[in-house]
Amino acid sequence: MRRPRLILFWLTLAVTLIVVPSAHAHLMNTGFGPFYDGLTHLFVTPEDLLPVIALALLAGLRGPRFGRSVLFVLPVAWLVGSTAGVWIDPQLTLPGLEIIVTIGLGALLAAGRPLPIAFVVSLAILLGLIHGILNGADLAKTPSSGQMVAVGVTVGLFASVSLLAGQAASVRVRWARVAVRVAGSWIAAIGLLMLGWAIRVPA
Amino acid sequence: MKNFVQHAGAARRSFITLFLLLYPLTVFAHKRGGEAIGFASGFFHPISGLDHILAMVAVGMWGAQLGAPAMWVLPVVFPMVMALGGMMGLMGIKLPGIELCIALSALALGFAVCREARPKLWIAAIIVGVFAIAHGHAHGTELPLGASGVLYSIGFVIATGLLHALGIAIGLVHRWPAGRLALRVAGAVVAMGGVFFLWKAISGEPV
Repeated sequence: MRRPRLILFWLTLAVTLIVVPSAHAHLMNTGFGPFYDGLTHLFVTPEDLLPVIALALLAGLRGPRFGRSVLFVLPVAWLVGSTAGVWIDPQLTLPGLEIIVTIGLGALLAAGRPLPIAFVVSLAILLGLIHGILNGADLAKTPSSGQMVAVGVTVGLFASVSLLAGQAASVRVRWARVAVRVAGSWIAAIGLLMLGWAIRVPA
Repeated sequence: MKNFVQHAGAARRSFITLFLLLYPLTVFAHKRGGEAIGFASGFFHPISGLDHILAMVAVGMWGAQLGAPAMWVLPVVFPMVMALGGMMGLMGIKLPGIELCIALSALALGFAVCREARPKLWIAAIIVGVFAIAHGHAHGTELPLGASGVLYSIGFVIATGLLHALGIAIGLVHRWPAGRLALRVAGAVVAMGGVFFLWKAISGEPV
Protein backbone atom coordinates (compact mmCIF):
# COMPACT_ATOMS: atom_id res chain seq x y z
CA MET A 1 0.00 0.00 0.00
CA ARG A 2 1.33 3.44 -0.89
CA ARG A 3 2.35 5.80 1.92
CA PRO A 4 -0.42 8.45 1.47
CA ARG A 5 -3.06 5.72 1.58
CA LEU A 6 -1.53 4.23 4.71
CA ILE A 7 -1.47 7.65 6.37
CA LEU A 8 -5.11 8.17 5.38
CA PHE A 9 -5.99 4.73 6.76
CA TRP A 10 -4.32 5.40 10.14
CA LEU A 11 -5.82 8.89 10.27
CA THR A 12 -9.29 7.44 9.71
CA LEU A 13 -8.61 4.78 12.35
CA ALA A 14 -7.48 7.41 14.84
CA VAL A 15 -10.55 9.57 14.19
CA THR A 16 -12.97 6.65 14.47
CA LEU A 17 -11.40 5.48 17.71
CA ILE A 18 -11.49 8.97 19.20
CA VAL A 19 -15.06 9.81 18.21
CA VAL A 20 -17.99 8.91 20.47
CA PRO A 21 -20.61 6.21 21.41
CA SER A 22 -21.34 2.78 22.65
CA ALA A 23 -19.64 -0.50 23.44
CA HIS A 24 -21.24 -3.92 23.12
CA ALA A 25 -18.80 -6.30 24.78
CA HIS A 26 -20.02 -9.42 26.47
CA LEU A 27 -17.75 -11.67 28.49
CA MET A 28 -19.13 -15.05 29.50
CA ASN A 29 -18.64 -16.71 32.86
CA THR A 30 -17.91 -20.38 32.18
CA GLY A 31 -17.28 -21.30 35.79
CA PHE A 32 -13.81 -22.62 34.94
CA GLY A 33 -11.93 -19.51 35.97
CA PRO A 34 -10.84 -16.32 34.22
CA PHE A 35 -8.37 -17.89 31.78
CA TYR A 36 -10.98 -20.29 30.42
CA ASP A 37 -13.59 -17.52 30.37
CA GLY A 38 -11.24 -15.72 28.00
CA LEU A 39 -10.33 -18.83 26.04
CA THR A 40 -13.95 -19.69 25.32
CA HIS A 41 -15.01 -16.08 24.85
CA LEU A 42 -14.48 -16.13 21.12
CA PHE A 43 -16.52 -19.29 20.63
CA VAL A 44 -19.55 -18.04 22.54
CA THR A 45 -19.49 -14.53 21.09
CA PRO A 46 -20.37 -14.65 17.39
CA GLU A 47 -19.99 -10.86 17.12
CA ASP A 48 -16.27 -11.32 17.82
CA LEU A 49 -15.87 -14.66 16.09
CA LEU A 50 -17.30 -13.71 12.68
CA PRO A 51 -14.77 -10.99 11.78
CA VAL A 52 -11.95 -13.19 13.09
CA ILE A 53 -13.08 -16.02 10.80
CA ALA A 54 -13.31 -13.61 7.86
CA LEU A 55 -9.85 -12.14 8.49
CA ALA A 56 -8.19 -15.52 9.09
CA LEU A 57 -9.68 -16.98 5.91
CA LEU A 58 -8.83 -13.82 3.95
CA ALA A 59 -5.20 -13.99 5.09
CA GLY A 60 -5.01 -17.75 4.55
CA LEU A 61 -6.36 -17.53 1.02
CA ARG A 62 -3.74 -14.91 0.17
CA GLY A 63 -0.98 -17.29 1.26
CA PRO A 64 1.12 -18.47 4.24
CA ARG A 65 3.00 -15.15 4.55
CA PHE A 66 -0.27 -13.27 5.03
CA GLY A 67 -1.53 -15.94 7.43
CA ARG A 68 1.59 -15.82 9.57
CA SER A 69 1.46 -12.01 9.78
CA VAL A 70 -2.17 -11.97 10.91
CA LEU A 71 -1.52 -14.87 13.29
CA PHE A 72 0.84 -12.73 15.35
CA VAL A 73 -0.53 -9.23 14.74
CA LEU A 74 -4.22 -9.84 15.52
CA PRO A 75 -3.82 -11.38 19.01
CA VAL A 76 -1.25 -8.74 19.99
CA ALA A 77 -3.49 -5.89 18.75
CA TRP A 78 -6.44 -7.46 20.58
CA LEU A 79 -4.39 -7.71 23.80
CA VAL A 80 -3.22 -4.09 23.46
CA GLY A 81 -6.83 -3.03 22.81
CA SER A 82 -8.05 -5.01 25.84
CA THR A 83 -5.43 -3.39 28.03
CA ALA A 84 -6.24 0.05 26.71
CA GLY A 85 -9.99 -0.60 27.00
CA VAL A 86 -9.68 -1.05 30.77
CA TRP A 87 -8.57 2.57 31.14
CA ILE A 88 -10.15 4.23 28.14
CA ASP A 89 -13.74 5.36 28.36
CA PRO A 90 -15.83 2.42 27.02
CA GLN A 91 -17.72 4.75 24.72
CA LEU A 92 -14.78 5.36 22.46
CA THR A 93 -15.78 3.69 19.21
CA LEU A 94 -18.33 4.65 16.63
CA PRO A 95 -21.62 2.81 17.10
CA GLY A 96 -21.70 -0.11 14.74
CA LEU A 97 -18.04 0.27 13.74
CA GLU A 98 -17.32 -3.34 14.66
CA ILE A 99 -20.24 -4.41 12.44
CA ILE A 100 -18.97 -2.31 9.55
CA VAL A 101 -15.55 -3.95 9.93
CA THR A 102 -17.25 -7.38 9.83
CA ILE A 103 -19.11 -6.45 6.64
CA GLY A 104 -15.92 -5.11 5.07
CA LEU A 105 -13.88 -8.21 5.93
CA GLY A 106 -16.63 -10.52 4.65
CA ALA A 107 -16.93 -8.53 1.42
CA LEU A 108 -13.14 -8.54 0.89
CA LEU A 109 -13.08 -12.31 1.38
CA ALA A 110 -16.01 -12.76 -1.01
CA ALA A 111 -14.41 -10.50 -3.63
CA GLY A 112 -11.22 -12.57 -3.63
CA ARG A 113 -9.12 -9.74 -5.02
CA PRO A 114 -5.37 -9.57 -4.42
CA LEU A 115 -4.49 -7.29 -1.51
CA PRO A 116 -1.16 -5.90 -0.29
CA ILE A 117 0.12 -7.48 2.90
CA ALA A 118 0.34 -4.08 4.62
CA PHE A 119 -3.38 -3.60 4.07
CA VAL A 120 -4.28 -7.01 5.52
CA VAL A 121 -2.01 -6.42 8.53
CA SER A 122 -3.60 -2.99 9.02
CA LEU A 123 -7.02 -4.65 8.99
CA ALA A 124 -5.81 -7.09 11.65
CA ILE A 125 -4.62 -4.18 13.82
CA LEU A 126 -7.91 -2.33 13.29
CA LEU A 127 -10.00 -5.39 14.14
CA GLY A 128 -7.85 -6.26 17.16
CA LEU A 129 -7.95 -2.74 18.57
CA ILE A 130 -11.70 -2.22 18.12
CA HIS A 131 -12.78 -5.54 19.58
CA GLY A 132 -10.01 -5.45 22.18
CA ILE A 133 -11.17 -2.06 23.44
CA LEU A 134 -14.76 -3.29 23.61
CA ASN A 135 -13.64 -6.40 25.51
CA GLY A 136 -11.36 -4.34 27.76
CA ALA A 137 -14.21 -2.03 28.67
CA ASP A 138 -16.14 -5.07 29.84
CA LEU A 139 -13.10 -6.44 31.66
CA ALA A 140 -12.92 -3.23 33.67
CA LYS A 141 -16.30 -4.16 35.17
CA THR A 142 -15.15 -7.61 36.31
CA PRO A 143 -14.06 -7.74 39.97
CA SER A 144 -10.64 -9.37 39.40
CA SER A 145 -8.31 -11.35 37.11
CA GLY A 146 -9.15 -9.30 34.05
CA GLN A 147 -5.60 -9.85 32.83
CA MET A 148 -6.07 -13.62 32.80
CA VAL A 149 -9.28 -13.24 30.79
CA ALA A 150 -7.40 -11.09 28.27
CA VAL A 151 -4.61 -13.67 28.06
CA GLY A 152 -7.21 -16.40 27.53
CA VAL A 153 -8.82 -14.41 24.72
CA THR A 154 -5.41 -13.89 23.12
CA VAL A 155 -4.59 -17.60 23.27
CA GLY A 156 -8.03 -18.45 21.84
CA LEU A 157 -7.45 -15.99 19.01
CA PHE A 158 -4.03 -17.41 18.25
CA ALA A 159 -5.41 -20.94 18.10
CA SER A 160 -8.42 -19.95 15.97
CA VAL A 161 -6.41 -17.91 13.48
CA SER A 162 -3.74 -20.58 13.15
CA LEU A 163 -6.35 -23.27 12.44
CA LEU A 164 -8.46 -21.20 10.04
CA ALA A 165 -5.66 -19.46 8.17
CA GLY A 166 -3.70 -22.72 7.98
CA GLN A 167 -6.67 -24.52 6.48
CA ALA A 168 -7.40 -21.71 4.02
CA ALA A 169 -3.74 -21.52 2.98
CA SER A 170 -3.70 -25.22 2.16
CA VAL A 171 -6.80 -25.01 -0.05
CA ARG A 172 -5.82 -25.52 -3.68
CA VAL A 173 -8.92 -26.91 -5.38
CA ARG A 174 -10.92 -24.21 -7.14
CA TRP A 175 -14.34 -25.16 -5.80
CA ALA A 176 -12.97 -25.22 -2.24
CA ARG A 177 -11.54 -21.71 -2.66
CA VAL A 178 -14.93 -20.61 -3.99
CA ALA A 179 -16.59 -22.18 -0.92
CA VAL A 180 -14.31 -20.09 1.32
CA ARG A 181 -15.32 -16.99 -0.63
CA VAL A 182 -18.99 -17.92 -0.28
CA ALA A 183 -18.37 -18.05 3.50
CA GLY A 184 -17.15 -14.46 3.17
CA SER A 185 -20.35 -13.40 1.43
CA TRP A 186 -22.36 -15.05 4.20
CA ILE A 187 -20.36 -13.16 6.85
CA ALA A 188 -20.91 -9.88 4.98
CA ALA A 189 -24.63 -10.70 4.71
CA ILE A 190 -24.85 -11.44 8.44
CA GLY A 191 -23.06 -8.16 9.11
CA LEU A 192 -25.53 -6.23 6.96
CA LEU A 193 -28.46 -7.72 8.86
CA MET A 194 -26.74 -6.93 12.18
CA LEU A 195 -26.30 -3.36 11.00
CA GLY A 196 -29.99 -3.16 10.13
CA TRP A 197 -30.82 -4.39 13.60
CA ALA A 198 -28.40 -1.98 15.24
CA ILE A 199 -30.08 0.91 13.45
CA ARG A 200 -33.57 -0.45 14.10
CA VAL A 201 -33.09 -1.19 17.80
CA PRO A 202 -30.46 1.13 19.27
CA ALA A 203 -28.64 -0.67 22.07
CA MET B 1 -13.73 -51.35 6.10
CA LYS B 2 -17.05 -52.82 7.17
CA ASN B 3 -16.14 -52.23 10.82
CA PHE B 4 -15.18 -48.66 10.03
CA VAL B 5 -18.52 -48.01 8.33
CA GLN B 6 -20.38 -49.54 11.28
CA HIS B 7 -18.38 -47.44 13.76
CA ALA B 8 -18.94 -44.30 11.69
CA GLY B 9 -22.68 -45.00 11.60
CA ALA B 10 -22.81 -45.57 15.36
CA ALA B 11 -20.79 -42.44 16.01
CA ARG B 12 -23.11 -40.42 13.78
CA ARG B 13 -26.20 -41.78 15.55
CA SER B 14 -24.66 -41.04 18.96
CA PHE B 15 -23.79 -37.53 17.87
CA ILE B 16 -27.33 -36.87 16.61
CA THR B 17 -28.82 -38.28 19.84
CA LEU B 18 -26.46 -36.16 21.92
CA PHE B 19 -27.28 -33.10 19.85
CA LEU B 20 -31.02 -33.65 20.26
CA LEU B 21 -30.63 -34.17 24.01
CA LEU B 22 -28.55 -31.06 24.41
CA TYR B 23 -30.61 -28.97 22.01
CA PRO B 24 -31.96 -26.18 24.22
CA LEU B 25 -35.63 -26.14 23.26
CA THR B 26 -36.59 -24.57 26.56
CA VAL B 27 -34.84 -21.32 25.69
CA PHE B 28 -37.65 -20.50 23.30
CA ALA B 29 -39.90 -20.04 26.29
CA HIS B 30 -37.74 -17.21 27.56
CA LYS B 31 -37.73 -14.57 24.87
CA ARG B 32 -36.67 -11.33 26.45
CA GLY B 33 -37.28 -7.93 24.95
CA GLY B 34 -34.51 -6.71 22.66
CA GLU B 35 -32.66 -10.03 22.77
CA ALA B 36 -31.95 -12.50 20.03
CA ILE B 37 -34.80 -14.88 19.30
CA GLY B 38 -32.10 -17.29 18.27
CA PHE B 39 -30.47 -19.29 15.56
CA ALA B 40 -33.39 -21.68 15.01
CA SER B 41 -35.98 -18.96 14.41
CA GLY B 42 -33.60 -17.22 12.01
CA PHE B 43 -32.89 -20.49 10.24
CA PHE B 44 -36.54 -21.39 9.78
CA HIS B 45 -37.65 -17.93 8.66
CA PRO B 46 -36.48 -18.18 4.99
CA ILE B 47 -37.87 -21.71 4.65
CA SER B 48 -41.25 -20.83 6.08
CA GLY B 49 -42.63 -19.49 2.77
CA LEU B 50 -42.91 -21.53 -0.43
CA ASP B 51 -42.51 -18.43 -2.61
CA HIS B 52 -39.11 -17.75 -1.06
CA ILE B 53 -38.04 -21.38 -1.25
CA LEU B 54 -38.91 -21.62 -4.94
CA ALA B 55 -36.97 -18.49 -5.81
CA MET B 56 -33.87 -19.40 -3.77
CA VAL B 57 -33.70 -22.92 -5.18
CA ALA B 58 -34.30 -21.56 -8.70
CA VAL B 59 -31.31 -19.21 -8.33
CA GLY B 60 -29.09 -22.20 -7.58
CA MET B 61 -30.60 -24.23 -10.43
CA TRP B 62 -30.11 -21.39 -12.90
CA GLY B 63 -26.54 -20.86 -11.71
CA ALA B 64 -25.74 -24.54 -12.19
CA GLN B 65 -27.35 -24.45 -15.61
CA LEU B 66 -25.31 -21.42 -16.64
CA GLY B 67 -22.12 -23.08 -15.38
CA ALA B 68 -18.97 -21.36 -14.10
CA PRO B 69 -18.53 -18.54 -13.21
CA ALA B 70 -22.29 -17.89 -12.81
CA MET B 71 -22.66 -21.03 -10.68
CA TRP B 72 -20.67 -19.43 -7.88
CA VAL B 73 -21.10 -15.71 -8.66
CA LEU B 74 -24.88 -15.82 -8.20
CA PRO B 75 -24.78 -17.59 -4.79
CA VAL B 76 -22.03 -15.18 -3.66
CA VAL B 77 -23.99 -12.12 -4.78
CA PHE B 78 -27.46 -13.20 -3.67
CA PRO B 79 -26.98 -13.42 0.15
CA MET B 80 -25.22 -10.05 0.29
CA VAL B 81 -27.81 -8.25 -1.82
CA MET B 82 -30.64 -9.99 0.02
CA ALA B 83 -29.15 -8.92 3.34
CA LEU B 84 -28.96 -5.38 1.98
CA GLY B 85 -32.71 -5.60 1.24
CA GLY B 86 -33.23 -7.07 4.72
CA MET B 87 -31.32 -4.17 6.23
CA MET B 88 -33.53 -1.71 4.35
CA GLY B 89 -36.60 -3.56 5.62
CA LEU B 90 -35.30 -3.47 9.18
CA MET B 91 -34.61 0.24 8.88
CA GLY B 92 -38.18 0.83 7.75
CA ILE B 93 -37.29 1.99 4.22
CA LYS B 94 -40.38 1.42 2.08
CA LEU B 95 -40.11 -0.17 -1.36
CA PRO B 96 -43.11 -0.44 -3.68
CA GLY B 97 -44.45 -3.69 -5.17
CA ILE B 98 -42.41 -6.08 -3.03
CA GLU B 99 -44.99 -8.91 -3.03
CA LEU B 100 -45.41 -8.55 -6.78
CA CYS B 101 -41.63 -8.68 -7.27
CA ILE B 102 -41.33 -11.81 -5.10
CA ALA B 103 -44.04 -13.57 -7.09
CA LEU B 104 -42.39 -12.43 -10.32
CA SER B 105 -39.05 -13.78 -9.11
CA ALA B 106 -40.26 -17.39 -9.02
CA LEU B 107 -41.95 -16.92 -12.39
CA ALA B 108 -38.94 -15.26 -14.07
CA LEU B 109 -36.28 -17.55 -12.57
CA GLY B 110 -38.36 -20.65 -13.27
CA PHE B 111 -38.91 -19.44 -16.84
CA ALA B 112 -35.17 -18.82 -17.24
CA VAL B 113 -34.40 -22.38 -16.10
CA CYS B 114 -37.17 -23.80 -18.28
CA ARG B 115 -35.93 -21.92 -21.36
CA GLU B 116 -32.25 -22.45 -20.49
CA ALA B 117 -31.83 -18.71 -20.84
CA ARG B 118 -28.19 -17.64 -21.14
CA PRO B 119 -27.91 -13.88 -20.67
CA LYS B 120 -24.58 -12.17 -20.01
CA LEU B 121 -23.32 -12.68 -16.48
CA TRP B 122 -23.89 -9.07 -15.42
CA ILE B 123 -27.49 -9.16 -16.69
CA ALA B 124 -28.14 -12.40 -14.77
CA ALA B 125 -26.54 -10.85 -11.67
CA ILE B 126 -28.76 -7.75 -11.94
CA ILE B 127 -31.92 -9.86 -12.39
CA VAL B 128 -31.02 -12.00 -9.38
CA GLY B 129 -29.96 -8.90 -7.42
CA VAL B 130 -33.29 -7.12 -7.94
CA PHE B 131 -35.20 -10.18 -6.76
CA ALA B 132 -32.78 -10.61 -3.85
CA ILE B 133 -33.55 -7.06 -2.68
CA ALA B 134 -37.30 -7.82 -2.78
CA HIS B 135 -36.94 -11.08 -0.85
CA GLY B 136 -34.59 -9.54 1.70
CA HIS B 137 -36.84 -6.52 2.19
CA ALA B 138 -39.86 -8.74 2.79
CA HIS B 139 -37.92 -10.74 5.38
CA GLY B 140 -36.60 -7.58 7.03
CA THR B 141 -40.04 -6.01 7.44
CA GLU B 142 -41.57 -9.29 8.68
CA LEU B 143 -39.12 -9.69 11.56
CA PRO B 144 -40.73 -9.24 14.98
CA LEU B 145 -40.05 -5.98 16.73
CA GLY B 146 -38.53 -7.51 19.84
CA ALA B 147 -36.06 -9.48 17.75
CA SER B 148 -32.43 -8.62 17.46
CA GLY B 149 -29.25 -10.50 17.27
CA VAL B 150 -26.45 -12.03 15.47
CA LEU B 151 -27.61 -15.63 15.99
CA TYR B 152 -30.87 -14.91 14.18
CA SER B 153 -28.91 -13.38 11.28
CA ILE B 154 -26.54 -16.34 11.14
CA GLY B 155 -29.45 -18.79 10.96
CA PHE B 156 -31.18 -16.68 8.36
CA VAL B 157 -28.17 -16.42 6.04
CA ILE B 158 -27.18 -20.07 6.42
CA ALA B 159 -30.70 -21.22 5.52
CA THR B 160 -30.67 -19.01 2.43
CA GLY B 161 -27.25 -20.30 1.42
CA LEU B 162 -28.33 -23.90 1.90
CA LEU B 163 -31.37 -23.32 -0.32
CA HIS B 164 -29.00 -22.08 -3.02
CA ALA B 165 -26.77 -25.09 -2.47
CA LEU B 166 -29.81 -27.33 -2.86
CA GLY B 167 -30.65 -25.58 -6.11
CA ILE B 168 -27.08 -26.01 -7.36
CA ALA B 169 -27.13 -29.68 -6.38
CA ILE B 170 -30.37 -30.19 -8.30
CA GLY B 171 -28.97 -28.17 -11.21
CA LEU B 172 -25.95 -30.44 -11.53
CA VAL B 173 -28.17 -33.00 -13.29
CA HIS B 174 -27.77 -30.63 -16.24
CA ARG B 175 -24.64 -32.62 -17.18
CA TRP B 176 -26.73 -35.51 -18.48
CA PRO B 177 -29.20 -35.30 -21.41
CA ALA B 178 -32.09 -36.69 -19.34
CA GLY B 179 -31.09 -34.38 -16.51
CA ARG B 180 -31.22 -31.36 -18.79
CA LEU B 181 -34.82 -32.18 -19.63
CA ALA B 182 -35.67 -32.86 -15.98
CA LEU B 183 -34.15 -29.53 -15.00
CA ARG B 184 -36.21 -27.69 -17.60
CA VAL B 185 -39.33 -29.41 -16.27
CA ALA B 186 -38.35 -28.38 -12.75
CA GLY B 187 -37.99 -24.81 -14.04
CA ALA B 188 -41.49 -25.01 -15.50
CA VAL B 189 -42.84 -26.18 -12.13
CA VAL B 190 -41.15 -23.25 -10.39
CA ALA B 191 -42.58 -20.86 -13.02
CA MET B 192 -46.08 -22.29 -12.46
CA GLY B 193 -45.60 -21.72 -8.74
CA GLY B 194 -44.66 -18.14 -9.63
CA VAL B 195 -47.89 -17.74 -11.62
CA PHE B 196 -49.84 -18.93 -8.59
CA PHE B 197 -48.11 -16.47 -6.27
CA LEU B 198 -48.43 -13.68 -8.83
CA TRP B 199 -52.18 -14.35 -9.01
CA LYS B 200 -52.41 -14.15 -5.24
CA ALA B 201 -50.32 -10.97 -5.13
CA ILE B 202 -52.46 -9.26 -7.78
CA SER B 203 -55.71 -10.35 -6.14
CA GLY B 204 -54.40 -8.99 -2.84
CA GLU B 205 -54.60 -12.33 -0.99
CA PRO B 206 -51.97 -12.99 1.63
CA VAL B 207 -49.23 -15.20 0.18
